[in-house]
Amino acid sequence: MDAQVESPETAQSRKFEIEFHLLIEAIYYLYHYDFRGYAAASLRRRVKTAMVRFGCQTLSQLQDRVMHEPAIFPVLLDHLTVQVSEMFRDPSYFRSLRDRVVPIFKTYPSLKIWVAGCSAGEEAYSLAILLREEGLLPRTLIYATDINPHTLQRAEAGVYPIDRIAGFTINHRDSGATSSLSDYYTAAYGRAIFDKSLRDHIVFSDHSLATDSVFAEVQLVSCRNVLIYFNRALQDRALRLFHESLCRNGFLGIGSKESLRFSSHDEAFHPFAREDRIYQKASAT
Amino acid sequence: MSGPALNGIEGVVIGASAGGVQALSELLPAFPQGTAAAIFVVLHLPRDRPSLLTEVFSRKCALEVREAQDKEPVTPGTVYLAPSNYHLLVDEGPQLALSADELVHHSRPSIDVLFESAADVYRNHLLGVLLTGANEDGAEGLAAVHDAGGITVVQEPQTAQVSTMVRCAMQLRTPDLVLPLDGIAELFRAVGRDAALRTGGPLG
Repeated sequence: MDAQVESPETAQSRKFEIEFHLLIEAIYYLYHYDFRGYAAASLRRRVKTAMVRFGCQTLSQLQDRVMHEPAIFPVLLDHLTVQVSEMFRDPSYFRSLRDRVVPIFKTYPSLKIWVAGCSAGEEAYSLAILLREEGLLPRTLIYATDINPHTLQRAEAGVYPIDRIAGFTINHRDSGATSSLSDYYTAAYGRAIFDKSLRDHIVFSDHSLATDSVFAEVQLVSCRNVLIYFNRALQDRALRLFHESLCRNGFLGIGSKESLRFSSHDEAFHPFAREDRIYQKASAT
Repeated sequence: MSGPALNGIEGVVIGASAGGVQALSELLPAFPQGTAAAIFVVLHLPRDRPSLLTEVFSRKCALEVREAQDKEPVTPGTVYLAPSNYHLLVDEGPQLALSADELVHHSRPSIDVLFESAADVYRNHLLGVLLTGANEDGAEGLAAVHDAGGITVVQEPQTAQVSTMVRCAMQLRTPDLVLPLDGIAELFRAVGRDAALRTGGPLG
């Protein structure tokens, strides 16, 4: 080892890596949130912004506070998990669901859908609106899960700042909408509150793709821009859960820049709408 | 010039905003076949427009140009473009990582996010290049490249279509080199040449 000739910058970064590792372990042991399988680059960046937010000079300082001030953990968790989504993000994904998957769903007596990593609920409400338009919502149950209880509360409330609605409306229109987005929310005091009748078909629940197991059989798993935050081992775990949860010929939707190519489950799913990253569970051989 | 010699460069990160398409059209073709470094590019673009840049640059470049995919292992001598509406990061391996995290300096992809993550992985084997642009994204990223011991280059402000971005970066740290586009192109040729010498020619 050339520790003697190590530059101060290199020494600094080695210490950061050690502290980073220790912090993630501490969070796991104390709070049972498992970030050990998260992709390092994004998580490192989130941890760095948390250091600034909490005014800590080193990660050891942050770890000390996380260990001894339970009140700050929920705030840190927000930093580590916050994702910014949109309603009908990537409209062509929803158009593909509408044009190619919904006709198959119409032959089913009932539908169960799992939105894994639902964040603030944008995707779950989008699917509920799409299914309402297609006449399927009355016989549908959507499970929307996330690890962050604070985010789940926000998702359950279904309230979004009004300045986001313009973008949502354009996305909705581009998804092949047959109704107007304004049919589904009430605007008041700078906020848009989504209709309770949508929420009646959504169950928001705490679930971790890193530590929990299968909880239902579903016809569609929509898990977009979640796998990018996982390393390959955790990605494989999540994909195994999806595979086990899906019914025969069930569908999996992932993010527009995500791929199963680098996972060990490449064979377990067939591309169904390749461009829009919709896959179908391969029949057991 | 401080930092490592050009022949130690394993990664090149390039950031550009307003005026960037033109600047990159001049610069990316400068990398010769056999360049051993991997090249990562963040260019700010209108978010709602599907990017055709991969095609545009492919036609002009000796190196393969690809839109970055999540978890893709980094292949030397490849130009990776950040997809629109995602941050591009370099993760350990090295492999590519994407994120849908919040905008940084009103941008996704953000230059800071790419540069900081690449600095963590490539340390002093990184060349960071900041070009024309109208916002302050990239300044902190280039500082991170500098602090990790990498080489930092900014486009000469007078020659940049919009100089805000490079001026912000220059206020934060003194870059190793301040060059007009043809000077940066010459530097890229040197990076490619040195690497080719080192590995005994084009990668087999």
